[in-house]
Amino acid sequence: MSDPVVDDFVQLLTPEGERVQHPDFAFGGSDEQVAGYLRDMVLARRFDNEATALQRKGELGLWPPALGQEAAQVGSVNATRLPDHVFPSYREHAVALHLGVDAVEMLTTFRGTAMVPWKSAERGLHIYSFVIGTQTLHAVGYAMGMQRDGLVGNPDPDANGAAIVYFGDGATSQGDVNEAFIFAASYTAPVVFFCQNNQYAISEPIALQSKIPLYRRASGFGFPGIRVDGNDVLAVQAVTSWALQRARQGEGPTLIEAYTYRMGAHTTSDDPTKYRSRDETDRWRARDPISRAQAYLLASGAIDQAWLDSLEAESEQLAVRVREGCVALREPQLEEFFEHVVIDPPEILLEQRDDYLEYEAGFDHPSVPDAEAAHSQSQAQGAF
Amino acid sequence: MPTMTLAKALNAGLRRALEADPKVLLAGEDIGKLGGVFRITEHLQRDFGPDRVIDSPLAESGILGTAIGLGLRGYRPVVEIQFDGFVYPAFDQIISQLSRLHFRSHGALTVPLVVRIPYGGGIGAIEHHSESPEAYFAHTPGLKVVTCSNPLDAYWMIQQAIASDNPVIFFEPKRRYHEKGEVDTEAEPMPLYQSRVVKPGDDLTLITYGPMVRTCVEAALAAGDEGRDIEVVDLRSLAPLDMATVVESVQKTGRAVVVHEAALTLGMGAEIAARLQQECFYALQAPVLRVTGYDIPYPPSRVETAYLPDLDRVLDAVDRSMAY
Repeated sequence: MSDPVVDDFVQLLTPEGERVQHPDFAFGGSDEQVAGYLRDMVLARRFDNEATALQRKGELGLWPPALGQEAAQVGSVNATRLPDHVFPSYREHAVALHLGVDAVEMLTTFRGTAMVPWKSAERGLHIYSFVIGTQTLHAVGYAMGMQRDGLVGNPDPDANGAAIVYFGDGATSQGDVNEAFIFAASYTAPVVFFCQNNQYAISEPIALQSKIPLYRRASGFGFPGIRVDGNDVLAVQAVTSWALQRARQGEGPTLIEAYTYRMGAHTTSDDPTKYRSRDETDRWRARDPISRAQAYLLASGAIDQAWLDSLEAESEQLAVRVREGCVALREPQLEEFFEHVVIDPPEILLEQRDDYLEYEAGFDHPSVPDAEAAHSQSQAQGAF
Repeated sequence: MPTMTLAKALNAGLRRALEADPKVLLAGEDIGKLGGVFRITEHLQRDFGPDRVIDSPLAESGILGTAIGLGLRGYRPVVEIQFDGFVYPAFDQIISQLSRLHFRSHGALTVPLVVRIPYGGGIGAIEHHSESPEAYFAHTPGLKVVTCSNPLDAYWMIQQAIASDNPVIFFEPKRRYHEKGEVDTEAEPMPLYQSRVVKPGDDLTLITYGPMVRTCVEAALAAGDEGRDIEVVDLRSLAPLDMATVVESVQKTGRAVVVHEAALTLGMGAEIAARLQQECFYALQAPVLRVTGYDIPYPPSRVETAYLPDLDRVLDAVDRSMAY
């Protein structure tokens, strides 16, 4: 495609599925690993499409699709390993799935049955953040902690770790992201800034956020920036591995601009036909991350149609589980949310919860038995 | 028992916290070599090193956001906001992240972070250096908000705040930094979120905190010369409020005046007055009055003595309450 800004990005797999050489970067993994990435991408896309459909049916309040960004997410997360720690924004569904977050559990936030349910420590994955760019500072601080914990620059590379933080092109205009760049540079923090430039911040094109390619901003902050073909899972994995390695060795931060495209809407409440052309979307469809990985693996003989059929069956099983699991998610009760405001709830908060329960108990409607049961249970436990 | 200024007491408390727990870190602008613009962290970088006493780039949101990350990693960061009026760039990190990461994660995450903020006026400063923003934070679920009024409390409360697994906003009355008091560094301190009756009395309760505690005690002593027996309650904790102590006092005296530097409307006095009318309705012999800053941005320093509650304004309110 004729896009001058992509001339200088790192690409190792063409849209047609052909491996190409790059002077600085090579994908060091096997075809078996690539097949694993393809599986990650296919399952993530299926999950994402199911979630979008569930929102259309009214089962989710909102869904931010990751459609088209699978290679950026799968390639980068596959470059991580513990004790690395991952800070997502709110669209990193493929990252979260890869790190073991359950697909149905991920829907709770968007169905409104929970806040953010997964346990960060277990997954090496911080919870989703919804304020744009806010998590970049948390990642830098976390990385500063890893420095102090002796996880950087050890002779044994397996003992080292880094933080990687995901954000979008729109986020690069936020003060917090720029402050994160400054703090990371000043302290040589072991952090990788992984920007998925999907070309739009809701309706606003990247040209409104930046007059120069985003990756070049890094040099102004004093650390390397690099642009990678975000729809090329091999290139993304290779570049992210390099950046993480730099961080773990104590060489400081890197900005990766994964040049990609949001094939879907920003969220399900948005109508992308109002601000971008069908031509543009079609051009990007031809650069699809999944089809190129699949074409490569079929041509190399690493997978065959039977393998793909089996993956399709696995996808279908996931889809069924997501559809059924979504509507079966437990409905929470308000009183549960008086918990975890602070570690030691003050008297006034306990009084408010009890007032609420007493008030609710005065009505003759279906939620009363549940509320009373929860109340008596918590009283029986003597705990809050 | 040593005598020290409130500033030195904070310094000593921070030093003891750094000694007690290697996870305690300090961060902020100019807190290293300079020891902070008020010298609260003087010599701490020298003695604990730049990895534990961190000079930060000049960006408040960055200071808060990275401190949150350090907290998530298991550290206990204590950040200094240089002046009250400079906390607002960090407001989003405090309100949208710090206060509710525990809640957003269903209790899985804790951020044991202390935000130290020198606050209040009376030092002849220029704009943005004399503000009292405590109500914003006390209004926000998930935050503990405390303020010391004397060296003894400064020494202990800062250590208790650092030991807490909750995020704590710690307001320091900057106009009282250089006032001295005895500090018992061995005796068991009172609980952090408990208010203290600093002067007992039977006729009226002055409810106050931070820089206004001394003003109220002086007013109470002056009123004593006129035969009025005034009780003064130092709230110490603004979130949560220790209403048990306040209610017990007002049940006894039947009259209450709340005093703070912050502007009147929706200040701490509003909440206290609401709670008192609810819990002491039959005991009250007069409406709860408030003596506060006016609802204007903090004025130029040449008129700040007229803006700030002082002994005469407090006594005037006492007169009005007693005459009701």
